[in-house]
Amino acid sequence: MFRQLHLLLLAAVLVATGAAAIYYKAQVLGLPLTPEEQAEVWTVQARVHYQPRRQANSVRLRIPKLTPGFTIIEERFIAPGYALLTEEDEGSRILRWTIRRASGPQHLYYRATVVRAGLADYQDGRPQLAEKPSLEEPFLTAANALLEEVRQGSADIASFARELIRRFNEQPPSQEVALLKQLAPDPLARARLLAGLLAFRNIPARIVQGLKLEAGTQRTIRPFLQVHNEQRWVTVDLDTAAEGWPEDLLLWTVGHEVPFAVEHHPRAALEVAIERNLADALLLAEQRLEAENRKLFEFSLFALPLETQQVYRVLLMIPIGAFIMLLMRNVVGVSTFGTFMPILIAIAFRDTGLFAGLIMFTVLIGAGLLVRFYMERLKLLLVPRLTSVLIVVVILMAGFSVLSHKLGIEVGLSVALFPMVIMAMTIERMSIAWEERGPGHAIRQGAGSLAIAAVAYLVMTWPPLVHFVFVFPEVLLIVLALAMLIGRYSGYRLTELFRFRALARPEASQS
Amino acid sequence: MWNPFEVASRLKRIGLLGLNRRNADYVLKYNPRKFYPRVDDKLITKQLAIAAGIPVPELYAVVREEHEIRELHDKLAAYEKFVVKPAHGSGGDGILVIHGRRGQRYRRASGLLMSREDFEHHLSNALSGLFSLGGHPDHLLVEYCVEFDDFFERVSFRGVPDIRIIVFLGYPVMAMIRLPTRLSDGKANLHQGAIGVGIDIPTGITKRGVWGSEPIKEHPDTEHSIVGLRIPHWDTLLSIAARCYELTGLGYVGVDLVLDKHQGPLVLELNARPGLSIQIANGAGLLHRLKTIEALPDRERPPEARIAFAREHFHTV
Repeated sequence: MFRQLHLLLLAAVLVATGAAAIYYKAQVLGLPLTPEEQAEVWTVQARVHYQPRRQANSVRLRIPKLTPGFTIIEERFIAPGYALLTEEDEGSRILRWTIRRASGPQHLYYRATVVRAGLADYQDGRPQLAEKPSLEEPFLTAANALLEEVRQGSADIASFARELIRRFNEQPPSQEVALLKQLAPDPLARARLLAGLLAFRNIPARIVQGLKLEAGTQRTIRPFLQVHNEQRWVTVDLDTAAEGWPEDLLLWTVGHEVPFAVEHHPRAALEVAIERNLADALLLAEQRLEAENRKLFEFSLFALPLETQQVYRVLLMIPIGAFIMLLMRNVVGVSTFGTFMPILIAIAFRDTGLFAGLIMFTVLIGAGLLVRFYMERLKLLLVPRLTSVLIVVVILMAGFSVLSHKLGIEVGLSVALFPMVIMAMTIERMSIAWEERGPGHAIRQGAGSLAIAAVAYLVMTWPPLVHFVFVFPEVLLIVLALAMLIGRYSGYRLTELFRFRALARPEASQS
Repeated sequence: MWNPFEVASRLKRIGLLGLNRRNADYVLKYNPRKFYPRVDDKLITKQLAIAAGIPVPELYAVVREEHEIRELHDKLAAYEKFVVKPAHGSGGDGILVIHGRRGQRYRRASGLLMSREDFEHHLSNALSGLFSLGGHPDHLLVEYCVEFDDFFERVSFRGVPDIRIIVFLGYPVMAMIRLPTRLSDGKANLHQGAIGVGIDIPTGITKRGVWGSEPIKEHPDTEHSIVGLRIPHWDTLLSIAARCYELTGLGYVGVDLVLDKHQGPLVLELNARPGLSIQIANGAGLLHRLKTIEALPDRERPPEARIAFAREHFHTV
């Protein structure tokens, strides 16, 4: 009895704490309970990192100046110990960070908070021919031949540019393109070459570099081509040859200059991470909190670097998934392989998507089982056999990816997280269960695992819930309390009602 | 219309013990973790049983290392029949029953021949932990192969019928006998198709049988009646089961016994988390019986007194 009371009190305290914190954050601090659709706010973080040399180091980073369609509502430059100089040119601002002496890996941050401000694209600047590349033979002939072909396949300036890009991206490339591509090893150089080629035909062209505002890490600033059709600048995507300014494109810099450079450090890297942040409400709250009482926000998840925030968006959902599994196992009574394997599968589904993930999992396990049954005949020892199954699983995965790629389905490629070791163990245990308890039992457990994984995946990726858990991580206290309470749930499991149905017939008498 | 709440309330009325309640209120409460090795490791169980004078199948050899497998052929040369068991196996997994030899090969209980290589492979797998909970490396016991009492000749298809008695705080609360069938391939596990037959604790007479989820009265393979049989040595069986409480220190334990033709009742293994199917076989829930014992003001009694109490109260109809 005392233990029961103790548990109830503890759970009550946890629920009360969690609920109070959520109430406070929602009502007093004004954090939004649901992800808002209209008021998107992006936090763009550009992070330069490099190994400094002994002498003075200097970092140049171009940052947005004109941002048609967007407004930068807040900016931060984080570079401890560095002197900062800002310059401007026509299309961007240039940050110049310098330090006389630096040691250890250096991390410099530029962070901008961006909100949408209507729809607009970049139209400033007068039409002007790009600088013609000085081409030697045989490049000149190739260029002329290519341009002539393109002319025949196009109607106006915009379609000329698109046709040129299309031919440039064609696979396999024509001989001319293959030759010209040697001059342009990277996307920026290619953009510059294309603008130069257009100058041969007296078409004004320029390069703009922009960042697509899609949440995630490892975003890239990509060049786009703009050609002037005597009325306005037309934007053409260099990869797809699509015409028009992408709605979510943030103009980063104009011109063909690389967005960043560290003197004498060719291997320095720029990483751009974008967080699609919650809503205006959250930002306002953040700003207000900074003015009133900074501590609270400083110790919240929002103070973490963006990459870490992204990680926590996933991590915080794991307890939710585990809780679902707890319900399925202890209240419903589904049997699974391993305790937490379904959750690991659910996390793997994040990469593959549900449908493709289910198919892939089933195919891999099925194929793995066949291999395992075959190996049974070879009489291998347990650990070498497990290793062999693991190797075969990896080979099968690679084959699966290649095959799905050839079929034009891009799902198989994002499987880095698929828990292979767990899969190998599953195959092993399933084959044992198959032999010892019969196929029905093995398949039932496998299907149970998959069903739980699917449900857990659907819940763990439900956007309103992801938002809620990230903004109000206190909800985990409530989940903890519920988990502990179920820990003392001693009622029947749903499947037991079925299992013992013979005893529940009305005529079943009492002993 | 299937109403889960109605079913649940009926099950509750007959006192059906569910997995959650078994774990929360009995296993966790009455079985101290530190005593688990006594039942999870069959070798320790055997040693304790011998020390306490409880009969068990004779131990022929223990295999702890891979290289000992090869030496086993010579060690076992003297025995015609024997059983190999992983010490941490559960639910009969990994048990190999050898009934004889033919040249270099072993004859399994099923009648199939097994080459030395297959035999060694099976043992090596078991040693690596294939059949143990959690996959930990295991050791193997080679022991006396039970020859079952003629009594069971007509109600068993191959395999050895075993008797499961649930012992709570030393009181035998419920018992059943598990009869292998053709479907279960000689194994005595209910979910593999063996028949469970509930035994009346006071008399040791079988009362009702369950095969899968349907009640039956005759063995499906031998057509012989399985109810109304009086289990031989019933007093001894109860006495052994009751004494397993002192042996293990576990409050809620399942005792698996067999009747050997020559040696009488022997303890095969003990289980700290015994299954719940015994309730189906008895057509009754465990909960009322367990609560009866929990409510006893003076439940610490000598084994004889506990058995007397059980025989007085725990009827199966």
